Amino acid sequence: MRYGLKIAMRYLGASKAQTSLLIAGVAVGVFVFIFMSALIGGLAVFLLQRTVGDIAHVTVEAPSRDAVSLMGEQGDVLLVEQRATNQRTLLRTADAFLPLIEALPGVAATSQQIVGNGFVVRGQARAPVGITGVEPGKVSAIADIDGALISGTTELGNSGVVIGSGLADDLGIGVGQVVRLQSDRDVERTLVVAGIFEIGLDALDSRAAFVTLATARTLFDLPQGVSRIEIKLVDLNAADREARRISAETGLKATPWTEGNAQLLDGLRAQASSGNLIKAFALITIVIGVASALLLSTYRRRPEIGIMRAMGASRLFVIGVFVTQGTLIGLLGGLIGAGLGFLALSPFPVPELAPPGGLPVDVRQGAYDLAIVLTTLGAILASILPARAAARVDPVSVIGQ
Amino acid sequence: MSVLVEVRDLIKTFGEGEAETRVLRGLDLTLETGELSALLGPSGSGKSTLLTILGTLLKPSSGLHTMLGVDLAAARDAELTEFRNRHIGFVFQFHHLLPDFTALENVMFPTAVMAGRETASARTRAAELLERVGLADRMHFLAPKLSGGQKQRVAIARALMNRPELVLADEPTGNLDRDSAEQVMALIGEINSEEETTFLISTHDENIAAHCRRRILVRDGRVEG
Ligand SMILES: Nc1ncnc2c1ncn2[C@@H]1O[C@H](COP(=O)(O)OP(=O)(O)O)[C@@H](O)[C@H]1O
Ligand SMILES: [Mg+2]
Repeated sequence: MRYGLKIAMRYLGASKAQTSLLIAGVAVGVFVFIFMSALIGGLAVFLLQRTVGDIAHVTVEAPSRDAVSLMGEQGDVLLVEQRATNQRTLLRTADAFLPLIEALPGVAATSQQIVGNGFVVRGQARAPVGITGVEPGKVSAIADIDGALISGTTELGNSGVVIGSGLADDLGIGVGQVVRLQSDRDVERTLVVAGIFEIGLDALDSRAAFVTLATARTLFDLPQGVSRIEIKLVDLNAADREARRISAETGLKATPWTEGNAQLLDGLRAQASSGNLIKAFALITIVIGVASALLLSTYRRRPEIGIMRAMGASRLFVIGVFVTQGTLIGLLGGLIGAGLGFLALSPFPVPELAPPGGLPVDVRQGAYDLAIVLTTLGAILASILPARAAARVDPVSVIGQ
Repeated sequence: MSVLVEVRDLIKTFGEGEAETRVLRGLDLTLETGELSALLGPSGSGKSTLLTILGTLLKPSSGLHTMLGVDLAAARDAELTEFRNRHIGFVFQFHHLLPDFTALENVMFPTAVMAGRETASARTRAAELLERVGLADRMHFLAPKLSGGQKQRVAIARALMNRPELVLADEPTGNLDRDSAEQVMALIGEINSEEETTFLISTHDENIAAHCRRRILVRDGRVEG
């Protein structure tokens, strides 16, 4: 087939302008394919980062105990069951499970928390808050409070509280000032504002207060145990699997972030399929372009094809010459398009670091190899029809008697 | 001399029903090894049709066609392709060189297409042939850069490349001026006497026919006389 390759290359080289245009067209298609891959992939990373970046990937709680029917197996039972709404399910044995969870390879960070509701009171002003007690130094384990700090620190000390900027504005307080925190168990503590953050989520900025686990124990009258363990994973896409695993190993209830974010996941899936549609169109355009160009070339070269057949070239040889042309065009266009795609995408910061309003394209998700392989396969496919047409040229019809 | 090609009761019709034209009507012909024959006859008498059948490019409607003892009327396309490559050379009225290839590459084609590559020995043979037809200095010219007579001489070199037993030439000088035509015919005559290659040359030019030792006249779809 070396000889077929030589002829194919000679044919492509014979009309340089036409071949260059054809390869450029293929390269543009490949560029679109790669850009769409990078954009859809980047958008997904960006949206996930935005949505899931500041929440727990897996939340571990005590399994809720349902009432058990004490009746025997015989007889019908009509049971109306009401879930307890005020019952605080408590992880009494968090200390026992924590090392087990932390040892799992997919787990990046854990945070034991006591959570409850209460009010921040400052003079006459009262504002409702969700109070979260965390271990010292772990204020930022789940949401990046440190990174969002606008004043003060996240060091809680003995009697510190970290609140959001919305809450601070409502109450007109700043770092170093004293507030009273009142729990729904009617326990009250006087605390000093250690830091103020602004994370951009209203639920946190206007209604969250972080205190130490010890403070939370007093506020909620919990001498032992925690409300939940929040977990950050190495790979947030593995949340479902990791949650199942944690649940299996500890017997506790482990909820992945995906459970509360079905809409986001649906949106991402819809985005991915529209991206695939555009990519498919790019490939179809490539196939049609290559097929029509080669078909034209077949037609133009009918006399030569006939003469080659008369000189002893087999049908297969002729097919080989044209399929090789298609392959070369696909491969070259694919490589050039992928190279240009990479160069064009490289200046963009990765979506994790993209500035607000920036285009969240992800140069790592360009799917370059896939683009090259699919384009080459597409071009081979596209050349089959012209190649067969070429192989059917009847030498007698073109020799001209 | 031995029989190279034998054709018996060859019939070739084109079209069907009303539009049917019977071009060859029971033609008999024997070519012996080493013959240099002119195929004569008025325009439209079926010379080209006969040559394409003898060259296995066209199937006869009926009749016997053997060459080197092989029954070609019954052979399949792939077998004919290989047979043609090994045993038959063509020279057409229009040179039909591959325009994107040099003279040398054109001459090498019949060998290279079978071998799958351009071997060194093929290159040597092609160069010798080009020298033989007086084109040693034009070897690396692209085909379109050659004059009409030069192209036809390249075509002759190409036809001889695989040392075929039979060379079929369909009005090889039809497109050439007198001098070039004389040159080409002289060359064919020399090669025929040196190598024992059998030539069948269609023409309606008496000057051309004069170069040939045998005259075959086609009329009404048969060989006359
Ligand atoms: N493919 C074809 N279909 C129909 N008629 C044909 C075909 N090829 C040749 N003919 C007819 O056959 C006759 C002989 O043609 P040809 O062999 O070219 O004659 P010559 O070469 O002696 O001039 C002509 O009448 C021509 O019209
Ligand atoms: Mg003719």
